[in-house]
Amino acid sequence: MAGFFGSREGVLLSSQQFKRQLDRVYRWYTLGLVVFVVILALLERAGLPRLWIGTAFLLATIGLYAGIGVMSRTTDASEYYVAGRRVPAVYNGMATGADWMSAASFIGLAGTLYLTGYSGLAFIMGWTGGYCLVALVLAPYLRKFGQFTIPDFLGERYGGSLPRLIGVAAAILCSFTYLVAQIYGVGLITSYLTGIAFELGIFLGLGGILVCSFLGGMRAVTWTQVAQYIILVVAYLIPVVWLSVKQTGVPVPQLVYGFQLEKVTAKEKELTADPRELQVRELFRQRSEALSGKLAQPAESLAADKLAAAKRMEQLKTGNASVADISSAAKALATMPRDEAAAVKAWTAAKAAADIKTQPLNGMPAHATQFSGNPDGTPKEQETYDTSRRNFLALVFCLMVGTAALPHILMRYYTVPSVREARQSVTWSLVCIFLLYFTAPALAVLVKYEIFTVLVGMPFDQLPAWVNSWTRVDPSLLSVTDINKDNILQLNEMNIGGDIVVLLTPELAGLPYVISGLVAAGGLAAALSTADGLLLTIANALGHDLYYKMIDPNASTVSRVTVSKILLLIVALLAAYVAAQKPADILFLVSAAFSFAAASFFPALSLGIFWKRANGIGAVLGMVCGLGVTSYYMFTNQAWLRATFGITSPVQLWWGIDPISAGLFGVPVGFAVIVLVSLVTRPPSQKVQELVEYIRYPDLKRL
Amino acid sequence: MQPTESHRRYWRKNLAVTAVLLLVWFSVSFGVSYFARSLNFTFFGWPFSFWMGAQGALVVYCLIVGFYAWYMNRLDIEHDVADED
Repeated sequence: MAGFFGSREGVLLSSQQFKRQLDRVYRWYTLGLVVFVVILALLERAGLPRLWIGTAFLLATIGLYAGIGVMSRTTDASEYYVAGRRVPAVYNGMATGADWMSAASFIGLAGTLYLTGYSGLAFIMGWTGGYCLVALVLAPYLRKFGQFTIPDFLGERYGGSLPRLIGVAAAILCSFTYLVAQIYGVGLITSYLTGIAFELGIFLGLGGILVCSFLGGMRAVTWTQVAQYIILVVAYLIPVVWLSVKQTGVPVPQLVYGFQLEKVTAKEKELTADPRELQVRELFRQRSEALSGKLAQPAESLAADKLAAAKRMEQLKTGNASVADISSAAKALATMPRDEAAAVKAWTAAKAAADIKTQPLNGMPAHATQFSGNPDGTPKEQETYDTSRRNFLALVFCLMVGTAALPHILMRYYTVPSVREARQSVTWSLVCIFLLYFTAPALAVLVKYEIFTVLVGMPFDQLPAWVNSWTRVDPSLLSVTDINKDNILQLNEMNIGGDIVVLLTPELAGLPYVISGLVAAGGLAAALSTADGLLLTIANALGHDLYYKMIDPNASTVSRVTVSKILLLIVALLAAYVAAQKPADILFLVSAAFSFAAASFFPALSLGIFWKRANGIGAVLGMVCGLGVTSYYMFTNQAWLRATFGITSPVQLWWGIDPISAGLFGVPVGFAVIVLVSLVTRPPSQKVQELVEYIRYPDLKRL
Repeated sequence: MQPTESHRRYWRKNLAVTAVLLLVWFSVSFGVSYFARSLNFTFFGWPFSFWMGAQGALVVYCLIVGFYAWYMNRLDIEHDVADED
């Protein structure tokens, strides 16, 4: 069976035979996927319970990935680290697509677009535009250099162990923060699919990741990622196409959602002025005021609240109230804040939530409006507009440069056979990614149209069943409360978490549950494939760069690969442990990884290729300073990091830039330091200059 | 080991095409976004700058990357530096 992904009876296939064989394997695989979904759909009609469908998807996909892992097991260093360097450009593009599109892209992106409208497009542009930098500035040259990891390049180009060591540290820093977010996503989806506990879900998913990357390294990861790409794209497209047919009759949502956007914009105006919406907003304003009253005198208010709750309990008990009333009153009493500090915290959070709901459209900006504020309005509005626009551009910049510097993506271009295929492969990667990112804005608009026109205004007792079933899964993801007691759902009476929008689409479109299962399996594929790539990057940085290149250069191939595998296991368990703690603010963690990667790697890598004069000291100081500035800005200004590390210095934003885009300051500092320090110190050796010359030409035949 | 004149030309052309394409990339990404409010005319139902952010820019990125791969492949052969698979 191992012959599928490499040699047959030990004989290496020619690259064309290999590609034909891959075509055949993945054609059968796609057919199998379709048959599997159709069979499950028929079984659902015959009455198969939902839980079984979810479990079937979970077990079948994880089993499939593990199977590919077993078939591709290897201890050969070149197979383990770079899949034997013979992945055809198209397949490397698909694998990069899966590697790239994480749980954040698959589950979170459309939700972010739904909630923030135009501002969310920063993610679309940032996460695709970065590939221009990958293609033009990095990928072909790294492929020509042709080692195993990114720290390898830094070590060779800048000489000595220090650049390599910083490279290792930075690679681990950004990959690990990113990895935690993926494993968190895995836990979320497995618990949705099968109803098992979140923590158990994490470890189940982890098993799938480990079998794959543990046995076969990059070789297994590559072939699994291709399989995962196919699942995730199919799963993403089906519900959107269906929703588009339902709303417009045209099965190409990417072409027609502009017209739906016009209707959404009209509906937004209507909802802003709707009397029932105004009523709900007024009720939230009163709630917010009551809470600020409480916050002014926390000690007295808490005592009064406790007294009132106890009194109510007494009344209910003596007055023959129903069991449900008594138990809810008891629950209210039990969940009272314990002390003043807890009360202040809870009330501040409640007030912030209520304040959002005093705004029109549930606090969402109008979908098509670029930036908040108004360039022609009052000075304050102008200021808001300028800051909002600056932050949009800064975020695009950080995401783009970060994309071009994330080691797990750059590593993928080591696996193609040639420089020419590396360039083609970036094109294929972008096309594969394009398919999903082109669709996400359409999905957000179509979902918004569906919610605004169908769901909003519906009587509470006629709401579809999935509304209640999601509320049971997690009320922070979806909940509805009849605030003004008119039995009609208003937009401001509904809470939707961004992470649920994609999972919700099949149900909104009225598709059978099997498609919901498929979408969840797609999200799982997205999270697992990215986790695979990240885990491998960390393990290789430790096993190859730290152990082999720096600690024991005489280690045999087998022991190098073994060390990588053991480290893989440890890192995976560590990441699962951190993810099980449910660290706050996952989107922030992901974006922070981009800023870190941008500031630490991009200047050193690009100058290393395009500027011969860049030397080791410059690169070391540049990476340290870039990373330092980025971390400083993030740690002193980001609320969650400040709270976690107990930082009390006042928040000082530079030009109003949000800490999520801290790389905006780190990248130029990195460039400046490398250039200045290199110019005042000795130029790199002749050997290094020849290396730079060497990587600039795909093949130097006639030197 | 000294690169020949042909190699130098190859590298200069590579730098030139890279610079031009980066300029296109920059203006599509940051130029259009900066003037997003002013470019608000209707474009097949979308406000133009919204469409650019959601679709137009992506198409341009694909074209940039694809053109570069095609152009460099020709340049490799022309200057006899193409590598074999």
